[in-house]
Amino acid sequence: MSLTVAQASDRRGDAAFNRSAARQLGLFGLATLIGLAALMWGLNLLASLTATAGGAPPAVDAANNAITVMLAEEPPQLDSTRATDQVSGLVLGHVMEGLLRYDQRGELAPGVAEHWRIDETGATFRLRADARWSDGQPITAHDFVFAWRLGLDPANASQYAFILYPIKNGEAVNQGRLPLTELGARAVDARTLEVAFERPIAFFDKLTAFATYLPVREDFYRAAEGRYGAGADQLLYSGPFAITSWVHGQSLQLDRNPHYWDQARVRLDRISVGYITSDPNTRLNLFKDEKIVMTGLTAENLNSALEQRWRIHRFMDGSIFYLEFNHREGRPTRNLNFRKALALAQDSGELVYKVTKAPGYLPGESLFPRFLDGVHGKFRDEHPARVRQMDLRAARAHLRQARQELGLDEFPPLVLLAGDNPVSNVQTEYFQAVFKRNLGLDIKIDRQIFKQRLAKMTAGDFDLVLAGWGPDYNDPLTFGDLFASWNLNNRGRYASAAYDRQVRIAQGAMDAPTRMAAFAEMQRIIHEDVVIIPNYERGVAYVTHPRVKGIVRRVVGADTDYTYAWIDP
Amino acid sequence: MLRYSLKRLLQGLVTVFLIATATFFAMHSVPGDPLAGDKALTERIRANLEAKYGLDQPLMTQYGIFLGNLVQGDFGISYTQENRRVNDIIREHFPVSATLGILAVAFAGLGGVLWGALTALYRNRWPDMAIMLAVILGISVPSFVFAALGQLLLVQVNGWLGFSLLPVAGWGTVAHMLIPSLVLGLGTMAYLTRLMRSSMLEIVGSDFVRTAKSKGLSASRIFTHHQLRNAILPVVTVLGPAIAAIATGGFVVEMVFAIPGLGRYFVQAVQQLDYTVIMGTTVFYGAFLVFMVIVVDLLYGWIDPRVRLE
Amino acid sequence: MTEAAFTADDFQPAAAAHSAQAASRPSLSYWQDAWIRLKANRRALSSLYLVIGLLLFTLIGPLIWTVDPSLQDLEQISQPPGADRNAVVVAPHSPWNGVARQPLGGGLGLAEPPTTQSVRLAWEPLPDAAGYRLYRNLFPYEPGQPLGLPLFATFNADRRHFEDRLDLKPRTYHYSVAGLDAQGEVTGAVRSLEVAVARVVTAQDAQDIGLVADAGQLSPGDRIKLRAHPLGTDYLGRDLLARLMAGARVSLFIGIAAPLLFIAFGVIYGAAAGFLGGLADQALMRFSDFVVALPFLLFMILLRVASGVQPGESGITPMVLAMVLLSWPAAARLVRGQILQIREEGYVSAARLLGGSAPYLVLRHMIPNTLGVILVTMTFAVPTAIFTEAFLSFIGMGVAPPTPSWGSMCNEGIKTMLTTPHELIFPALFISVTVLAFNLLGDGLRDALDARMRSAE
Repeated sequence: MSLTVAQASDRRGDAAFNRSAARQLGLFGLATLIGLAALMWGLNLLASLTATAGGAPPAVDAANNAITVMLAEEPPQLDSTRATDQVSGLVLGHVMEGLLRYDQRGELAPGVAEHWRIDETGATFRLRADARWSDGQPITAHDFVFAWRLGLDPANASQYAFILYPIKNGEAVNQGRLPLTELGARAVDARTLEVAFERPIAFFDKLTAFATYLPVREDFYRAAEGRYGAGADQLLYSGPFAITSWVHGQSLQLDRNPHYWDQARVRLDRISVGYITSDPNTRLNLFKDEKIVMTGLTAENLNSALEQRWRIHRFMDGSIFYLEFNHREGRPTRNLNFRKALALAQDSGELVYKVTKAPGYLPGESLFPRFLDGVHGKFRDEHPARVRQMDLRAARAHLRQARQELGLDEFPPLVLLAGDNPVSNVQTEYFQAVFKRNLGLDIKIDRQIFKQRLAKMTAGDFDLVLAGWGPDYNDPLTFGDLFASWNLNNRGRYASAAYDRQVRIAQGAMDAPTRMAAFAEMQRIIHEDVVIIPNYERGVAYVTHPRVKGIVRRVVGADTDYTYAWIDP
Repeated sequence: MLRYSLKRLLQGLVTVFLIATATFFAMHSVPGDPLAGDKALTERIRANLEAKYGLDQPLMTQYGIFLGNLVQGDFGISYTQENRRVNDIIREHFPVSATLGILAVAFAGLGGVLWGALTALYRNRWPDMAIMLAVILGISVPSFVFAALGQLLLVQVNGWLGFSLLPVAGWGTVAHMLIPSLVLGLGTMAYLTRLMRSSMLEIVGSDFVRTAKSKGLSASRIFTHHQLRNAILPVVTVLGPAIAAIATGGFVVEMVFAIPGLGRYFVQAVQQLDYTVIMGTTVFYGAFLVFMVIVVDLLYGWIDPRVRLE
Repeated sequence: MTEAAFTADDFQPAAAAHSAQAASRPSLSYWQDAWIRLKANRRALSSLYLVIGLLLFTLIGPLIWTVDPSLQDLEQISQPPGADRNAVVVAPHSPWNGVARQPLGGGLGLAEPPTTQSVRLAWEPLPDAAGYRLYRNLFPYEPGQPLGLPLFATFNADRRHFEDRLDLKPRTYHYSVAGLDAQGEVTGAVRSLEVAVARVVTAQDAQDIGLVADAGQLSPGDRIKLRAHPLGTDYLGRDLLARLMAGARVSLFIGIAAPLLFIAFGVIYGAAAGFLGGLADQALMRFSDFVVALPFLLFMILLRVASGVQPGESGITPMVLAMVLLSWPAAARLVRGQILQIREEGYVSAARLLGGSAPYLVLRHMIPNTLGVILVTMTFAVPTAIFTEAFLSFIGMGVAPPTPSWGSMCNEGIKTMLTTPHELIFPALFISVTVLAFNLLGDGLRDALDARMRSAE
């Protein structure tokens, strides 16, 4: 009896205690909130010391005539003599201009060079008088000579030095056999640039639009003391925009370059790179939130884009992807019948349409993608590629033949080397199942990070490798010489005298019909010798902000190009 | 106290040296070629690049050079961003990670204590049930799922509102920090809530609380001075490891929310075999953690007088 | 003086008396006691059942649901659970020359019945069109609205047919063809068509996925039911349930093997340190301090890359080894502390006085007395290991394909979170349930095994 009373009073006491404690806790909660707010305010202050405060503006800022875009990654290298990657190329395409450039229709147009003359032995470029660096000084012929010497300087160790080899003595200078001053490029006067060729070349004009050919001013480069291109202030600009702020990993701001000669073509005042991310979901979310003006679509988020009723565009980026065989001695893939068996046992249509499902991809048919020009029209229209239809019976017959030729009872498991990106993951698993089912072959997947994959490719440590190639310049040779026996990028070490002969013809000849015939012959050899199994030509489906017009996508040169874009009022 | 601190500091330095050594040799046993690029290198260019990064030296010489530079606090030049020094990369990106981490720890610590105390007060009533359900989710759902869902939710909310309440990704203002740090701190917050709750419940029934009550102390005084203060102690002990987990666990959040933190750089550097960045980041984080643990230990001795530093 | 008279009886030993003390309850060993306490804890018990259920799912599951987890059912890619499975058998795909086999309607028309294999479209000339662009959409055409995904464009006004094969699903699509002017701009003339796609399968594919023993048994036009997938399929049409079982083997193996190994190592190490004491103890513990100081995730990634996964390998072993290499010090410290404590206990001194050898002392007294703590630590280490695996797989440093793990399945699923959420939900659910079960079980074990560590609940 008394016990229950005590308990009851205890409970009452507890309730009172709890109320008081809860009030106390509430107070603490409030204090915490205030504390957190103070902390965040403090952090914000701190952050503003290291970053641009205010965050990124909206996708379209009509008042300031500015747009916001994103990049897949931080540009690794804005020193044009050493830049190798697509993102750096994109940024350089906005802030730099070389002798020639590509216009909005993808045609060559005059840049710093006003007019030029090219013949079999060399070229002469006349620079325009009003071409100026972003500090107002004129761009001179010497700036090009300096940049090209730098690109070939062995001490600079540029990976793209080979693209300067058509210039006389380029290769010798790069290998240290001749001094830099022996390079066949000369500034006759401030506005005249004279180039001598190593051997006749049919597409030098196209090369001069490439990043490695961009000018660099010597005094500025030397003043940067090895940090040229590391930050917004360590770069001098010759293009329509200039980088005014660069917060690494976070943002870049490109503002109109007032000293650029062709102001008329530039309609935007500012391009902000507000985000740097390679996560497709994040990019889609940013676009949905109207934070960026453009984003690419993956197979996975295509339906979301359709449901949002966004305007979808499509564009072939000119790169091709293929299964490359190891042609080295001792590999089963050296056997032609074995390669034929593999080629006949798979269907690139199924791969593209059902497995990768990526909108914009086309089944691979040839080493030469569809964008390349032929004599009059497109190369691939003039020389259609022959395609193997999947044929299991023939495939198995070739496999039997290969087994006899190699004297094998059973094929050892094949090593399929691949990168670790999502698309190649799907592909490797698909090929593994296909070759097992159709030919009874065991495939071991060897998935490696980028640099390990390259090391293994160079060492020949594979049977099959998922590889790809993108164009450096707008000529079939950028693909054609890939399988020349001397090309170091020919990682499968395919060697054929007949093929090499055709490459030499294409390199040396000046007239289009001869060259195109050579490329057609290369295309035939690749097909008949089954040097590779073409998988797909890459295309991109992307969505753009409805108010932003004139965004240019291009195969060769800076992709994407916003320099022609404008905001629809 | 001072002698103890110095001793710990010295031990910490030795540990950092060992971490540097372990990282160096782990790094150099990685198969692959840090210099490889999409385009094959000619021998001449490769030789030049190797000379630039000192890769042409024997391994032990490289190790010696690495240690020599380390003593001077120089981590070298990045392989992928050839004109940036690793020191600059750390200097520019660590503050971002640290900001994110500090906020996450603050959320986790303060949130854990508050929610834990609340659940203990309302034991087995609805606030307890609701919070504990959330705690279970927080403990058992992987952080990358939270990050993706958190971002998706933000987009939806912004869409409904018709304006940007909070940014979906990016970095630069407080608004950018809010959701990522919450996501980052969520798991730890859940863990701490649980810890705080059981710690509170233990103390509510303890003798000194009963004594305090019978002495007639005010409820608020008992609650703050006797219950909360004592219940927080076990929470503080695990805060050190929690900070460590959060400081190095920010990769996912940084990747999903496009935050330029050091964690994201580390993952990229590993994928690119950027030797200098990997080594710099690891040694830096190792040193940071070692000294954080020392600081937390010293702090703990200060908060809890029962703990005597040897 | 009287003398006491003793009889011989007085010198008999007393009869054994009943003991004054008796065990009022049956004697219980430590483990029996713990088991009783665990059984009384409903939450812990149900989590124990859950763990057993997960193990059964992993070990027995594949015997009941015998679908091959690597079988690619390309007709049913990314199918949600419970989708329609009816299909019609058709001939294999062959290239199309653009000739219509059935009459076209006005404007845009179908050349053949639309199937998931291909939709063959042809159209009549549009006014003023120098070229055409063909779109596919999920919604009917409305003027002013986007037309959908551009599939094809041509500047040849005579090229008026197109075959769509891209990821066709058995649903309704809306195709539109728009005329282009010479500059490539849309002229405004649009024809559109609603197309209901029928699911089809070729006889060869039916044989490949095991629906029929021989492709010859089927002829075009036959109706057939595709494979059943209770939890749907993934991005390559593989059965999600079978994948989850196979993934469970990987994830649970890593989750259980790694803690088991590093705790075993930690126990030996810690016991050695605690028992040896003195300088050896100092040295051993300094080394463990060093390992603790290594940033865990950074070194997990570093070791994963350094160990290099060989072709065809799953990379599970290097991952477990890396975890062991980095995680043992916690267990070692714990055991050492316990041993130091137990060493001072009376029963250990007694055993030592009685001549017990060192290994005997450690094995008979010290380790059994720390087992409770070890078991609890281990239970809590399992969720951490599973999370670590999932995290590494998420950033692409986990197990190598085609080996499935819950983490890598989540990583794949997160990409299609919006369109096919089941690919994320199921693996994430399994991770969560496992982590939760082991956490609750750990709580229960702690309460049951060790009075000192008991939480207040």
